[in-house]
Amino acid sequence: MPEPIFRIDGLHKRFGDNLVVDNLSLQIQPGECLGVIGPNGAGKTTTIRMCLGQTAPDSGRIEAFGLPIPDRVREAKKRIGVVTQFDSLDPDFTCAENLRVYGRYFGLPRQVIEERIPKLLEFSALQAKAGARPGELSGGMKRRLSLGRALINDPDLLLLDEPTTGLDPQARHLMWERLQNLLQQGKSILLTTHFMDEAERLCDRLLVLDHGRKIAEGTPRGLIREHLETDVIEVYGDGAKLAAQGHGALASRVETSGETVFFYLSDPKPLLDVLASNHSVHYLHRPANLEDLFLKLTGRQIRDE
Amino acid sequence: MLISFYAAPRVSSRFYPVMLRNLLVWRKLAIPSIVGNIAEPLITLVAFGYGLGSMIGRIDGLPYVTYLASGSIAVSCALAATFEALYSAFSRMHVQKTWESIMNAPIALDDIVFAEMLWAAFKSMFSVGAIMIVIAVLNISRAPSMVLALPVLAFVGVTFASIALVFNALARGYDFFTYYFTLMLTPMTFLSGVYFPIEQMPAWLQGFARVLPLTAAVELVRPLMIGEMPANWLGPIAVLAAYAAGGYYLALVLTRRRFFK
Repeated sequence: MPEPIFRIDGLHKRFGDNLVVDNLSLQIQPGECLGVIGPNGAGKTTTIRMCLGQTAPDSGRIEAFGLPIPDRVREAKKRIGVVTQFDSLDPDFTCAENLRVYGRYFGLPRQVIEERIPKLLEFSALQAKAGARPGELSGGMKRRLSLGRALINDPDLLLLDEPTTGLDPQARHLMWERLQNLLQQGKSILLTTHFMDEAERLCDRLLVLDHGRKIAEGTPRGLIREHLETDVIEVYGDGAKLAAQGHGALASRVETSGETVFFYLSDPKPLLDVLASNHSVHYLHRPANLEDLFLKLTGRQIRDE
Repeated sequence: MLISFYAAPRVSSRFYPVMLRNLLVWRKLAIPSIVGNIAEPLITLVAFGYGLGSMIGRIDGLPYVTYLASGSIAVSCALAATFEALYSAFSRMHVQKTWESIMNAPIALDDIVFAEMLWAAFKSMFSVGAIMIVIAVLNISRAPSMVLALPVLAFVGVTFASIALVFNALARGYDFFTYYFTLMLTPMTFLSGVYFPIEQMPAWLQGFARVLPLTAAVELVRPLMIGEMPANWLGPIAVLAAYAAGGYYLALVLTRRRFFK
């Protein structure tokens, strides 16, 4: 196995009495996309802030490209691109100026910056908007410009904190396509997300974080295999709860959320046969997915930070 | 790179692209800004200097308009630096998250605070330049020593930008700045010998006034604006330097706490 491009060992961070990051370790291999998923308040953003030297860990080690962070974060940042959860584009500058000004922060020569601007505008699908200011852009365009801006220094590692939150499906798909393109170019990505389809599509490996602790790690498919039954039957409608009581034995696990009952099972046929003859219920049969895994591991209760 | 809140300032040459960024934004808004910079002192000097001045006569041997102009240039400088380091810096720091995005590049918070301080001082020199032009055109003063007032006023800009950045670091919203303006800056302009000599005030208040940065600024700038050398320059320079250094360091510590808590 090659040397990881990025590694965290035994990271702890406490805010007051609240342990936000609890003994977290992770590694990112060159060219790999590592997804970090977890409910609100799981410690994802704090971890990213520590990776950027913006808040100090209480204990533990962070290394990017072999450089210790925060001690040599300035050198490390030359090879890192960051897209934060909230857009921080300069509203007074055009798209092209945003890229140019950001390139100067890296101390890049003017000629290099000017060469990269048209390429990054094209990458962000914003060629026609070079002279527009961020206020004139849609949410998806702004996110793509943020991504383009994060690429101005041609980074080896991208830290993306919920890069598609708040985007419509079209914009999200375009973003995914761009991120896949970057992975094909050999870049490494650390991605936090709330979208399980995003995690499944982009990430080679996933890390499930809850209350600052790593509670599972593996490939998306592997995690589902390891923790879940193969199939899920969702039953909803008037008779759903009655069905749960009557046929719970046909599934290995039953969960109720509101008016819907989830049957987790590896042999769906017996339950499907029963449901087919019962006209008072509606049901949906599907393979188990990451969302099921996420809910199993982190529970169904709402997290309000 | 993450440093203790109380560490000495660590500034690298990377502050420069941050300052350049502010300059590029300002360039887009320069024309209304320059018009304001010239119109405002022109109106004030004509209205108060000539209007009120014709009733007041001379102060310290100077026509009132000259007395007013030579003092209020320091006020304008202080106000311009303050506005930039309060409202504009707060927009960049808090509202637009510009500082955060800059820190995702290889630039440290210390560099940003330094750049903001220097930029606010630099910008105050546009107001200073505009007022000097008005003063010269109206022939209030055309003393060659006015040129020597420029570096002094640049330092006044540095001082007031540093103090303002302290309040910037503490602010939760724009409303907070009203306290600084109404409770500190506005009273200070009346205590600093800008509009009337501080000798008009009770002795205890004079003592207080002498340690105010604006009093120090006026003591240095007024003589230079009318072709004289400041009689006492060491004391006022020490006062300005103390506020600049103390303000800058405190601003840096508080800003680090704000970001790296």
